[in-house]
Amino acid sequence: MGLRKVAVVGAGMTKFVRRAQETGKELAYEAAKMALDSCELTLDDVDGVALGTAPDAFDGVHMKGEYLSDGAGAWRKPFMRSYVGGGTGVFAPIQGWYHVASGLFDVCLVVCEEKMSSCQPHPQGAFLTIFDHTTERPLGPNLLWIFALEMNRYMQTYGLQKKDIALVSVKNKRNAADHPCALLGDPNITVEDVLKSEVLAWPVQRLDVSPVTDGAVALVLAAENVAKRITDKPVWIKGVGWSLDTAYWTNRDLYYPKYVEYAARMAYEMAGIREPRKEIHIVEPYDPFDYKELHHLEGLLLADKGEAPRLTAEGVTARTGNMPVCPSGGLLGVGNPIAAAGLMKVAEIFWQLRGEAGKRQVPGKPITGLAQAWGDLMQVGTVIILGIGG
Amino acid sequence: MTAKIKEFPGVGLRESDFTERKVLFTEWKPDARYAWDAGVAIGRYLAELKEGRIIGVRCHHCRRTVVPPRIFCEWCFRPMDEWVYLEDHGVVNTFSICYVQWDMERLEEPLIPAVIEIAGASKGVGILHLLGEVDPREVKIGMKVKAVWKPAAERIGAITDIRYFKPIN
Ligand SMILES: [Zn+2]
Repeated sequence: MGLRKVAVVGAGMTKFVRRAQETGKELAYEAAKMALDSCELTLDDVDGVALGTAPDAFDGVHMKGEYLSDGAGAWRKPFMRSYVGGGTGVFAPIQGWYHVASGLFDVCLVVCEEKMSSCQPHPQGAFLTIFDHTTERPLGPNLLWIFALEMNRYMQTYGLQKKDIALVSVKNKRNAADHPCALLGDPNITVEDVLKSEVLAWPVQRLDVSPVTDGAVALVLAAENVAKRITDKPVWIKGVGWSLDTAYWTNRDLYYPKYVEYAARMAYEMAGIREPRKEIHIVEPYDPFDYKELHHLEGLLLADKGEAPRLTAEGVTARTGNMPVCPSGGLLGVGNPIAAAGLMKVAEIFWQLRGEAGKRQVPGKPITGLAQAWGDLMQVGTVIILGIGG
Repeated sequence: MTAKIKEFPGVGLRESDFTERKVLFTEWKPDARYAWDAGVAIGRYLAELKEGRIIGVRCHHCRRTVVPPRIFCEWCFRPMDEWVYLEDHGVVNTFSICYVQWDMERLEEPLIPAVIEIAGASKGVGILHLLGEVDPREVKIGMKVKAVWKPAAERIGAITDIRYFKPIN
């Protein structure tokens, strides 16, 4: 395609907290500054900035991207803000990637910020406007419905039990206990804890869900010639993909995320990956709810349909397993500041491939990893594949 | 890098920091009102609901019959070919038993949202609605359900002209 090679050369993040003292702009600055410092660059080295953050209604700030821009390092630079729902945190680095791959920029700063705590009494007040205003909203929906309806369909299709799915929440919250920025790490949580937690919208219970969170994450992307000057450990963006399904969500079968498969196939093709289960060593699929990790492993073709729960039960997806899944602790454990949560996953793959993940480091020196995010009306899949060497 | 950094930025606050005003903050309550036009396809859908009927649309190209109606087929990207009256019964495709409302306030009686595949539409094509007159423990995917309409005089041309769907014995 005549595209330039693009590497991730730096990353930074704030703690993920239930309610941050810092404003969104301050959070964006902290993450962006840390990312630049980590690769010894300054704002002068940055040609453009890609920002991901939730819609304006969420924060009550019109042109929120512009409001955040100074914190994101965008002063007098080409600046782009994107939002594709929960898929944003993986879409923003894709956007950064094409700006560099195309030759337009040599260095692109990617910043994702979310401050969910400002919206009162609950950010769902902004979220639930995603439902159709005429045919759905008069029924009094809330956002949990989306997940509960999809989870139930998934469970019914394969005859799954809640305990099969709760294992994901346990694994991720335990993994997060080793993440210095995590909101909900818990080394001692059990399946029983999940199964006994309050039922919110059956089959969704309290501990099946990731929490409302504030936080920011940033990455620095650089073209090959620049990346090799900056670091001896560039992590290359090998493939990207994204796909959106119909908004007529009641007209399709929710048991399987076909759009995630399309996004994954696009990314695998670009990365030259023919056998993803052998070639992807470490995975950060989107896990705002525990069943979503399973759903997405299947959509990513990393598990046969209906088989992801078995892989989890057998320990294949544990941090020490053959295919570590969410070694960061995921959204369930680290937290879910929407756009920032997705970019946290990409940052985790970056740190893992460089061997810099500390207590979370997976064994076996992985060389290829995948991060994926998801969102809208169970509609969008965004996929990025990172690798070292080659 | 996470291995090297000892202290990450970000200060977590407690709920009590706000309730007891230990931190400074500003509040705002927007007055945001909207009036949404139903549009061509949903306009007809609502008008038919007022008459106690569910209507869908059919595309001759992909041969799908879908509901809620739309003026164009999003697959074939061409106009829909005909209006088709559907049955006011169907099958539960998936459901939830919901104990909270959007602001996380608890509900005394759970709501049972469901996707209901409407008889007469293509397989797997449904709408979002609620189930009623049923014990939540008895609800099953695959259950046959029928619309419970408001009396004609109370119908206004809205999705809520159907109160809910109830099981067919
Ligand atoms: Zn068609």
